[in-house]
This record gives sequence, structure tokens and C-alpha cells, in this order.
Amino acid sequence: MPFSGVEATFWAMLAPFVAAVLAPMLTQKLKHNAAWVLAAVPALIFVHFLSLVSSVAAGQTHTLGLEWVPTYGVTFSIYLDGLSTLFALLISGIGAFVVLYAGGYLKGHPQQGRFFSFLFLFMGSMLGVVLADNLITLFIFWELTSITSFLLIGFDNLRTASRRSAVQALVVTGSGGMALLAGFLLIGMAGGSMEMSEILASGDVLRDSGLYGAIFILVCLGAFTKSAQFPFHFWLPNAMEAPTPVSAYLHSATMVKAGVYLLMRLNPVLGDTALWTTVLPIFGGLTLLAGVIIGIRQTDLKLMLAYTTVASLGLLVMLTGASNTVAIKGAVLYLVAHSLFKGSLFMMAGTIDHEAGTRDITKLGGLRNAMPITFAAAVLAALSMAGLPPFLGFIAKEILYDGAYGTVGSGYLISLAALCGNILMFALAAAVALKPFMGEKVETPKHAHEGPILLWAGPITLAVSGLLLGLFAAHAGYFFINPMVSAVDGGTYGKELYLIPKHLNMALLMSVLTIALGIFAYLRIDTLRELVGRALTAIGWGPDRGFDQLMDGLVITSDKFIRTVQTGSMVTYMRACFIAVALMLFVPMMTTGNWPTFEGFQNLTFYEWAFVILAVIGLYAVITAKNRVTGIVSLGITGFSVAVIYTLFGAPDLSLTQFMVETLSVVILALVMTRLDLKPKDVRSKEDRVIDGVIAGSVGLGFAMLLMSVVSLPFDATLPEFFTQFSYSIAHGRNLVNVILVDFRGFDTIGEIAVVMVAGLAVLALIRVRAKKAQPKPEVEVMKEVAE
Amino acid sequence: MEFVIASLVGLLMSASIYLMLSKKLVRVLMGIAILGNSVNLLIFTGGRITRSVPPFIPEGSYLPLEQTANPLPQALVLTAIVISFSFLAYFLVLGYRAYQELGTDDVLEMRVAEPKGDEKPPLGY
Repeated sequence: MPFSGVEATFWAMLAPFVAAVLAPMLTQKLKHNAAWVLAAVPALIFVHFLSLVSSVAAGQTHTLGLEWVPTYGVTFSIYLDGLSTLFALLISGIGAFVVLYAGGYLKGHPQQGRFFSFLFLFMGSMLGVVLADNLITLFIFWELTSITSFLLIGFDNLRTASRRSAVQALVVTGSGGMALLAGFLLIGMAGGSMEMSEILASGDVLRDSGLYGAIFILVCLGAFTKSAQFPFHFWLPNAMEAPTPVSAYLHSATMVKAGVYLLMRLNPVLGDTALWTTVLPIFGGLTLLAGVIIGIRQTDLKLMLAYTTVASLGLLVMLTGASNTVAIKGAVLYLVAHSLFKGSLFMMAGTIDHEAGTRDITKLGGLRNAMPITFAAAVLAALSMAGLPPFLGFIAKEILYDGAYGTVGSGYLISLAALCGNILMFALAAAVALKPFMGEKVETPKHAHEGPILLWAGPITLAVSGLLLGLFAAHAGYFFINPMVSAVDGGTYGKELYLIPKHLNMALLMSVLTIALGIFAYLRIDTLRELVGRALTAIGWGPDRGFDQLMDGLVITSDKFIRTVQTGSMVTYMRACFIAVALMLFVPMMTTGNWPTFEGFQNLTFYEWAFVILAVIGLYAVITAKNRVTGIVSLGITGFSVAVIYTLFGAPDLSLTQFMVETLSVVILALVMTRLDLKPKDVRSKEDRVIDGVIAGSVGLGFAMLLMSVVSLPFDATLPEFFTQFSYSIAHGRNLVNVILVDFRGFDTIGEIAVVMVAGLAVLALIRVRAKKAQPKPEVEVMKEVAE
Repeated sequence: MEFVIASLVGLLMSASIYLMLSKKLVRVLMGIAILGNSVNLLIFTGGRITRSVPPFIPEGSYLPLEQTANPLPQALVLTAIVISFSFLAYFLVLGYRAYQELGTDDVLEMRVAEPKGDEKPPLGY
């Protein structure tokens, strides 16, 4: 495969996995400076996708693939259009800076290599999610991001909180993934193809399909859990237990957007229905409001940012649900702006934590002189987040207001939700960027000073990109935004992007309102925090606690279930087994009506009868035996009777063997039992005896009837005839049974001998083990061994 | 006559299961011994039984002179008898050792793998 052009995308997808393997070794050699080398991998990937941008912007889409599991129609195929290219750029671009940042943040951490490894595994999986064309491939990468997210959240695995959050994220996103798989399979059934590129070209097939409702719900479950939509939002703030590079990368810039990606991707074929334009805005709007309101309450920088991430994801889902072109353009712009400013702000929060020793906003202040670069990055990013010109965030906010207001039917509600969300988001952005740096200098646990270049390179670059994309809005629009809008909206979108609004409209008015009320909210943020805090305490229960209750309930229920099914009583298990056997014998006879025809007990000579009756008497004696000698002797009687029956029906070989074996059995039984004080007396209660008798009787009757059915069927004599015919001519033996044993079916006999040998060895081992235990070594010998 | 033997197979089977379900180790072991006999007779009868001569080829002939008994089930059963015997021997020693180690011959009291008790399931992370 070539190393440049579209084909090289395969190498770009493979590269992170290779880096994941090499990272630990490299980190061992170069310590934290390995980050510089490792960051080259995502940087190169970024360059690769950048080289494709112009052709994608010109309206081209690329599909390429190779067969993976052809029998099931699983191909490893790639689909490149505006949507996937922009996502790939974000993943690789932000990824490069996160790798650098992780080099500084986890400097000297004994597991830094492992951390890099997980990070690259995630990067590869996330690229897979956005580039995959085949739905099954997409699903596999989707689950891989859940697993790598689990590993990264639980990176600090010695802390309980860390483990809990990791499990929570895995359970929530993993179960959503299961729903998604079902949804994908239904899409495949309804759409007739598992390739995204073909499904997208299918038009209204999915919308008109009877499976649409089911597909919609399943896809939404997958997307909502992944993108932390209400009521599944709780795992995302908890995921802040992960080291900050992870929060910046997975839990704000990339992975949590996978759900939004999926909704956007499927918008052309699933969107614009009554279900879509109702459900998505409702859940998105609720998530937006819940996110900002709970966010106001927090004092931890990372948690404030996490809740605004939840809110932003809600906003994106709401706009995707609005399903009109302008709203989607707003969503696309906001998605890009958010990835840049939120990634930057998270890294900024991590740097403060790293250098000052705390990230509690009430314990920070006056850091502007100590950390000027971080301060600059924070302000630039926060301005974009607050939606002020000339940042990308401003353009995004203008257009999303425009789109929200223009939505048919629910325009007012969506606009109101977006407005409230943005006002509080503005206040939070101001709080995050200003509180730690402005005001009086506050004593922090560590003596704060600017971090090393590894720590500030990322935040400042990402924040500045937000500014540059805003300033060069027309180029950003042509190369990145419009191709993605075309992909999401289905069709070609070519409207130019402006920084300065062309005319006064509702959106601008809303912007002004946002800024004015946002400043007000920022000034009153302490009061608001207290109010929200009191309200949330009053509610008490939340989905987070619900998750614990669910998990505990699961464990307790399964424990009860196991204790009911597996009582530890051998008799219960055996009864269950034998009842199952009886059912297997009787149910087919009942359902097919093939009962054996009873032909009576004729044609038996009196000596044949004699031995049959003798066997039965032996059985009766065994069952009723009061002492062991009676039991053993009676057992012998039955065995010998069976041996005689073999003789009577033309099987002297069997008879001989049976006599020998039966004799040996009796001897061994007698040997073992006389050494033990075992009573063969039946100790069961009367009830138990009746139950056991019925079970045993049914199984016996079942087998007898089965045998009767078998013998009344015509006999296929092919095999006996074959053996009879060739016994002497081929195998040169006159005893047919012997010839079969040692020649025709010689391997069976080898197996039989092996079984006997193994049984013998096992018996030997059982006896030996005891011998060792019974005679502990004299102390003198042990001393000798120790001395040696 | 197959019906008589079939009934005998059923009786052997019932008796062996009845013994195996009783809680005492000795009776369980005797049940296993009878089970072997029962299954062997089942296979033997399934190949049809006749009172005809054993499956031998007399000297100077390439084929048996008359109709013989079916040799195939006999071969199978011969293998099965030996195997069931070795298993019985193993079970006997196993039971003997279990009695020595656990001090009981009641299968309900042999609970090393699934101990009694009200241990709470592990909650938390």
C-alpha cells in the first residue's frame, strides 16, 4: 500500500496501535521525553488527513476497503467524507497535544509507559469509529473506545473511586453498545446493506421501514449512553477520576462525541421524522439544562468543566434533533469550537492542579503572575466558550441560535433552552478562567509557578486555533465546516461563513442577552451555587446513586438466584438430572405418539426366566440390605445373573469378562467396606423414598420402553454382515468379537486401555496422597533437608 | 424375549438410580455398579438377541456355517464392561478417601466445594 494519498489512511489507522506497542519501551528509555517522539505519530496522522481536506472540500468522498470476514459480510472498509475527515483531524490534532501534555503531567509516574499505551489504543479505536464504513467494524471500534476508556479511568487502580467510575463508565457505555449492535443489525436488515456509504445513499428506505421505531430507539440508546445524555449523564463527571490528559482527550474532545457523531452520521437516513425531531431535542435540552445547573454547583475546576461538557453534548444532540440545515451548521461549528476550547481548558485545569496542588476554585486566586501562559490559554479558551467575538465559539453561537430559532414548530422552546444553557455556560467559562487567576493571591498547597513547555504547549495552541479559525472564518467554512454540514445534512452545502453577522437578527439579540445575563450570573455565582446546592440536596436521589443501587441489586439478586439453584445438595442436583433424563425419554414418545407395542413375555425358556428372576431378586436384596455383607453378596448375585444371560444369548466372551469383573468388584467392595464403618442402611425419610422411587421408576420405565421401541424396528445388519464376511479373509481371526476389538476397532481398544491405565494411576495417587499425610517426616530429616 | 430383557434393563436402571439418590456413600457406590450392568445389557439387547451360536468361524471355513449372534454389540459391551469396572474401582477408592478425609458417608454433609453459610455477596467496587 502506498504511503501517501487516500490509500495511506490504512497506515494512519494502524499507526496508533503500533505506537501503543512501542510506547512502554520508548518511555523506559527516554522517560517523559518520549512524549516528543510519540506525539509525532498523531501529528503525522493529522498531516495525512489535512492533505485530504482539499479533495473532500471539493465534494469528493472516498471509500476503500478490504474483506475481513467475507462469509458474514464484514469488511474492513473506510468511508471518508466531510464528517469523518473533520473528526479524524480533531482526534489526531488534539491527540498530538494530549500526548505532549501527558508527558509533562505524568512525569516520573512509574506507569507512564502504560498510560501512553492506553492512550494510543484509544486514539486508534476512535479513529476507527469515525472512519469505519462497515457497521460491524464501527461497532467493534465503538466498543474498543469503551474498553480503553475503562482502562484510562481506572488508571489509578488503587483508589476505590477510580475503580467505581471505571466500572460505571464501562457498564453504561457497554450496555449502550449492545443496544447499538442490535440497532445496526436491524439497519442491515431494513436497509439491505451493512456499509454506511450504501445506507446513506438509500434515501427513505430506513424511514419507511417498519423497523424504523426499533432502529431509532436502539441507536439512540447507544448514542445517549456514549455521549452522556440525560439520564445517562452521570458517568461522565465521575470519569473525571481519570488523569487530566484523559479528561481533556476522551471525556471532552473526542470519545464522548462519538454518540453525536453517530446521530449526525445517520441524520440523512434516520433524521427529519416526527420521532427524531421530538425525542432528540427533549433529551438534548434536558441534558443541556441539567448539565449547566449541576455545573454551577461545583467548585472543583474539572467537575465544572465536566458538567459543561455534558451540557454541550446536550446542546449538540438538541441541534442535531432540530434537523434543519442551519441548526446542523451550528452544531458542527459548536462541536469543533467545543473540542478546541474544552480540551484547552481541561489541560489548563490539570496544570493548575499539577503546579498549585489543588483545583478547588474557592482555594485558588491570584495565579496570573505565577502562571502567565496558562492564564493566557485559559482566557482565550474561555472567550471562545463564552461565545465572544472574534472566536470560533462566537460564530458557532450565532448560527446555532439562528438554527434553533428557525426550527419549525418547537423553535421557541429550543431557543429558550439554548439561551438558558448558554447564559450559565458563559458564567461558568468566566468562573473557570478568571477565579483561579484574578484577585488576591491565595496560599496554595504547592508553591505555584508556570509548568514546563509540555504542559502549556497544548492549551495555548488549541486556544489560539479557536481564535484563528474565527478570524479566518471563510477558509474554515470552506475547508472544514461546509463539507461536514453537507455530510450531516445530506446534500451539498456551500454557504460562506462570516465572522461578522451581515444583518441584525434574532440571533444577535439573543447573543447580547446571553452576554448581559451571563455577566450577571457570573457576579452572583456564589449565590447561585448555594441555591442549586440546596435544591439538589433536597432532591437527594440521582441516577448516580441509582447506579449503585442497581449494581448492588444485581449482585444480591444473582446471589439469591445462585443459592436457590445451587443449594449445595448433591441429591437435589441428581434428582434434577434424572428428571431431565426422564423428560427426554417420555416427551418425544408423547408428542409423536410412538409408544412401543407390547408383545408380551412369551418365548422364554424356564432357565432363562430363572436367571432373569434371580437378577431381580438380587436387586431387591441390594435395595433392602441391612448390612454390608448382604449388600455386596446380593450385588454379586445380580452381576452373575447378567453374566449367565450373556451366555444364554450367544456371547461367551462377554460372559467370561463379566464373571471376572464381577468377582473382582465383589472382592474390592468387600475390601473397602470392611475397612470402613459404613452402614448401607437406607436413612431416607418415607417422603424422600417415594420421590426418589418415582424418579428412578420413571427413568427405568423410560429406558425399558425406549429399548422395546428399538427392538421392534427393522434391523439394519450391514455392520454385522461386514464383520462376519471379512473377519477371516482380511483380519485372519475366527473369533469375530476378538477381531472387532483388536483389529477393526483397534483404536477403541487402545482408548479403553488408556482409561483403565488412567483409572489405575488415579487410584494409586489417591492412596499415595494419604500415605504422605499419614506419616509426617521426622523432624531430623526435615532439618537435614533444610541444611542441604 | 427382548421384552423380558428390556424390562430387566428398566428394573436394573431404576434400582441403580434409587440407590444413587440415597444419601449414603455405600449405596451410591452399589448403584453405580448396577448402572454399569444395566447400560451394558441395554447395548447388548439393542443389537437384537438370538439364542443362536456365538460368533465364531470354524476351522477350515471362511464364514460361519450358520447364523450367529451379532458380534458388534458384544465388542462394544466388552469394552464397556472393562471401563465401567475401572471406574467403579476408582469411585470406590475415591469414596473411601472422601470418608477418611471428611469423616462422613453422607453426601449431604460433603460440602467442601459449596460450603453452607450465609456469607453476604461482595458489594462495592
